[in-house]
Amino acid sequence: MPWLTILLIIPAVGSLFVALIPKTNPHLAKQTALFVSLVELALTIAMIIDFDNKKTGYQFFQRYDWIKAFGVHYEVGVDGIALVLIGLAALLVPVVLIASWNEVDDLAMTGRRSVRGYFSLILALQTGMVGVFASLDVFLFYVFFEAILIPMYFIIGSYGGPQRAYASVKFLLYSLFGGLIMLAAVIGLFVVSTKHGSGTFDFVTLRGMPISDGVEKLLFLGFFLAFAIKAPLFPFHTWLPDAGAEAPIGGAVLLVGVLDKIGTFGLIRYCIPLFPDASRYFAPLVLALAVVGIFYGALLAIGQRDMKRLVSYTSLAHFGFIALGTYALTTQGGTGAVLYMVNHGLSTGALFLCVGFLIARRGTRDVDGYRGMFQVTPKLGGVMLIAGLSALSLPGLSTFVSEFLVLVGTFTRYRALAIVATVGIVLSSIYVLYLIQRTLTGPRPAWATVGGEGPAPFHGDEGDLAYAAAPAELGVAAGVHGPGDPDLSMPEPVTPGGVRRRGAVRDLSLREAIAIAPLLGLIVVFGVYPKPILDIIRPAVTATLQDIQHPAGDPVPTAVLTGAHK
Amino acid sequence: MTHLLAATRVEHYAAATGSFKLTWLLLVLPLLGATVLLLGGKRTEKWGHYFAIAMAGASFVIGVVLFFALKGRAGDSRAINEHLFSWIPVNGFQVDAGLLLDQLSSVFVLLITGVGTLIHVYSLGYMAHDPGRRRFFAYLNLFLASMLLLVLGNSFLSLYVGWEMVGLSSYLLIQFWVHKSPAATAANKAFFFNRIGDVGLSIAIMLMFATVGSTSFDKVFGAAAGGQLTKATLAGLGLLLLLGACGKSGQFPLQGWLPDAMEGPTPVSALIHAATMVTAGVYLIARAHPIFDGSQAARTVVVIIGVVTLLYGCIIGCAYDDIKKVFAYSTVSQIGYMFLAVGLGPAGYALGILHLLAHGFFKAGLFLGAGSVMHAMGDTVDARRFGGLWKVMPITWVCTGLGYLAIIGCPPFSGFWTKDKIIEVAFDKGGTSGALLGTAALLGAGLTAFYMTRIFVMTFHGEKRWRPDFHPHESQRTMTVPMIILAVGSAFAGGLLVFGASLQNWLEPVVGKSAEEGVHTISPVVLTLLTLLVVAGGVAGGYFRYQLRPVAVLAPSQVTPLTRAARANLYTDAANEAIFMRPGQWLTRMLVFADNNGIDGAVRALAAGIGGLSGRLRRTQTGFVRSYALSMLGGAVVIAGALLLVRIG
Repeated sequence: MPWLTILLIIPAVGSLFVALIPKTNPHLAKQTALFVSLVELALTIAMIIDFDNKKTGYQFFQRYDWIKAFGVHYEVGVDGIALVLIGLAALLVPVVLIASWNEVDDLAMTGRRSVRGYFSLILALQTGMVGVFASLDVFLFYVFFEAILIPMYFIIGSYGGPQRAYASVKFLLYSLFGGLIMLAAVIGLFVVSTKHGSGTFDFVTLRGMPISDGVEKLLFLGFFLAFAIKAPLFPFHTWLPDAGAEAPIGGAVLLVGVLDKIGTFGLIRYCIPLFPDASRYFAPLVLALAVVGIFYGALLAIGQRDMKRLVSYTSLAHFGFIALGTYALTTQGGTGAVLYMVNHGLSTGALFLCVGFLIARRGTRDVDGYRGMFQVTPKLGGVMLIAGLSALSLPGLSTFVSEFLVLVGTFTRYRALAIVATVGIVLSSIYVLYLIQRTLTGPRPAWATVGGEGPAPFHGDEGDLAYAAAPAELGVAAGVHGPGDPDLSMPEPVTPGGVRRRGAVRDLSLREAIAIAPLLGLIVVFGVYPKPILDIIRPAVTATLQDIQHPAGDPVPTAVLTGAHK
Repeated sequence: MTHLLAATRVEHYAAATGSFKLTWLLLVLPLLGATVLLLGGKRTEKWGHYFAIAMAGASFVIGVVLFFALKGRAGDSRAINEHLFSWIPVNGFQVDAGLLLDQLSSVFVLLITGVGTLIHVYSLGYMAHDPGRRRFFAYLNLFLASMLLLVLGNSFLSLYVGWEMVGLSSYLLIQFWVHKSPAATAANKAFFFNRIGDVGLSIAIMLMFATVGSTSFDKVFGAAAGGQLTKATLAGLGLLLLLGACGKSGQFPLQGWLPDAMEGPTPVSALIHAATMVTAGVYLIARAHPIFDGSQAARTVVVIIGVVTLLYGCIIGCAYDDIKKVFAYSTVSQIGYMFLAVGLGPAGYALGILHLLAHGFFKAGLFLGAGSVMHAMGDTVDARRFGGLWKVMPITWVCTGLGYLAIIGCPPFSGFWTKDKIIEVAFDKGGTSGALLGTAALLGAGLTAFYMTRIFVMTFHGEKRWRPDFHPHESQRTMTVPMIILAVGSAFAGGLLVFGASLQNWLEPVVGKSAEEGVHTISPVVLTLLTLLVVAGGVAGGYFRYQLRPVAVLAPSQVTPLTRAARANLYTDAANEAIFMRPGQWLTRMLVFADNNGIDGAVRALAAGIGGLSGRLRRTQTGFVRSYALSMLGGAVVIAGALLLVRIG
């Protein structure tokens, strides 16, 4: 079955179709989009079942010439690494659609933005996500890598928070900058390949191609920089908190949950097999950035008041762990890192959704606007607690499996680094539980009393984080909103479609529960029994690391060595 | 040769057959209880608490059955390994989910499920009117399941799962009353302190994998006992495990969370302090004894921490008027005794476990007694507001009294047998260190007698000092019955376990032979008399000061510097705050500022410098898609050009 081509086409066609549904019928647009994403999910599951994890190499492989003269192909195929990430994307899209079912209704009421647009963009995004992970031609990869920016740019820029313009442009410029550097490296790769026969962008051919030392290092840096900005790794991260904070919740989940994974995916898929020597050479640099990121992201998360920025910064710490596991160059570290990518999508996705649910009830991102939500919305509180516990990698949840694999895989090669990184687990417990404490515990808040008039929009002590805040604060975005241009995302105390319509604050609704249940369910299932997914990831990682580990393999337990000497 | 024998001994666990195949039920039943109650929601409000008790009770019954099945087997084949499934398989790193039921874990199973079930029953009355009762029982069940996993796991990684889930359970229960802000703070503190310890434990596990290639008990202990690990590795492992143990057991310097954990409902305190959680550190050290056997250095640190904590807890225990806090610090101090014992090596492992079991009874009894008093006194905890309660609460008085006699080590009650033994082996260590340790343990016994007498007398004897609108009464049957059972246990458990060295013999295949008779520095009889003398001195001090002289309703403010220091927890909290918390907050604030203005600012300035970003942003607002298309086109041209060049070249 040409699974991958089908999976590419369905959301693309769906996206077009949804965009053509009349503006007057937003409900149909939503339903169609959801239907398309569910079909996509079902087909993805079928593909995962069809996947044979005993086979080596890429499966569901298809290759056609595209631009014959330049050796560009339409070439797709997946190994275990790409498979689980496509699976993650396929799961998150319907989740996001359900979770943000009413999110853009208020915006659409103004007539300047449409519901169909939002849902169409998310489907377009899905095509890009499948394409990025399924490409086996470096040029094709680059095309998807760049193309995926466009729908995300519009999702943030059109449907985001008050500073969406600033955030979306910043996101785009950073990504474009990285993309251009990668483009240079992609071309460089092609140039090198011309020296070994006809020039090609075919990854399978390029892999294992000898490259002279200096050129290899340069090309590595080109790819690495693009991925380090995309993931992002410290210090290329400053676009992430803005984008994560300003994006609508659905967009934020896909941005941090899947799009950022393109960076970490690129590190393991392209950087290591294409440039093994350079990877070894630069490994200390990558590892250092990773460990700094773990601490930096965690400390900044602790210091945030804006809940969405907080979650974005936790991701920076998590990407540090992923990069650490990848560049430890052991199969445990690599497998842990890939599983971490999946788990991070589930767990941070869940946390973002919970934060979004809270914001939908109160209308502010400021953590100080909450307190005592356990008293008001016990179910939502419980769900958020579980999402938080998965973010701090509690054993028994899947995030622990990946984090421990990363650490143990690093430890066998770089003890000191692993020990330092392990201290990060204290910080992760602080940022999660501090968030829980500030939002959920404490006495019942006065604004949420039953029979009251419902929540009024929150204006914080300084008002800087409330949606009503002036967008001009950063200066750069001044002029984005002209006079008479209403701040679209400022929530009204009473809105037609939102949960706030009723007098008292509602607990988790059925729709919200359906959206978040699969994420938490998988986190628990893979925490207790991760073997099925490890069996998919492990062979792919082992194969990826084969060349670079040659001839050493994973480090051998030292006690066995001393035993052998006796 | 001995190494080899030791290696073969620990490396062979029998596979589970027959009734042992049901070991997993021990922890799955309470886990099921927790799941049903949490997911079932309001539907389970009516019967949920009974269901939880049934699950805990069933687990206890299975525990008893398995214990006797184990007892029926030959002494050297009492370690049963139940393989469940392959948990984390990644090439060289293979971790299975499996359980190990042996002499050590079976004893813990009985303690956890037995005392745990009693606390469940007690909570029936204690939490009868709490709107969150269902959630409370769910968490109690979760706590039992976590602790059972901790003691039953057959590898360090399985143990670690239980270890952290115990941390989670305590977190949930300490902040059970989520509307109370101090409860949330205390719960966070507990979790953070635990996590610091967990860093040690998880690095230890990584080190095990890096050296032994496995995390399972049999492989690791086989390598440790077989001499395959270097001294440095063993010492490192020992110290890292110790860090974990300190976090969970509230030992110095990670003791700060334990007294704050009193914010939770009192049955929780009983559970944390007696049956679960704080005993985990002692279990870990006893379980990992092949590692500690191999490292004198690690053992020395264990002993030092034990003694420091023992005295620390005693000193602070003398200063508080809050009955729960005094009991909390007495736990800190009693666990110190256990650490001292297990730190002494093979001579003390069994004694540490012995004291742990005895302590499990009397400390649970004491806390339930305190809960009963608080229940009667409108949740007051200030003993200066009690007094003369023995008349109105006779059952609570007698039960708590038996616990009191047990903890101070009054013959023939539990503590007398178990604590005496620890003091004895401390002296038997010989030399200056032995004398120092023994004296410290002896001093601790005296101080314990003093502060326990003080709090007991202040609560139950002397003048009534409670407000006239209180009408204290005896608690209901569901609360008194568990108290009575625990009181009986407090009275006799220690003696029974010591009698004929039954527990030591039972544990010997796991932890090795305990103290041999005949090599004493000081004759046991003399030492026992000396200990009794010191204890009597402590009791007399407390009696004269608090029974014969009136107790002020308000704590005196004109006190010695030592008392002031003790009231401030010997400034340990202040030190934590000054060394870690304040600088940490500073650091995060600084970084947030730097990230917003430094790194991001630099990038923005750079962009603005090059192309006037802000100006361009304004323009791109309207026509950004166009410029994007333009840049795409530009990129395409570059590619095409490059490709052509290549072609031509």
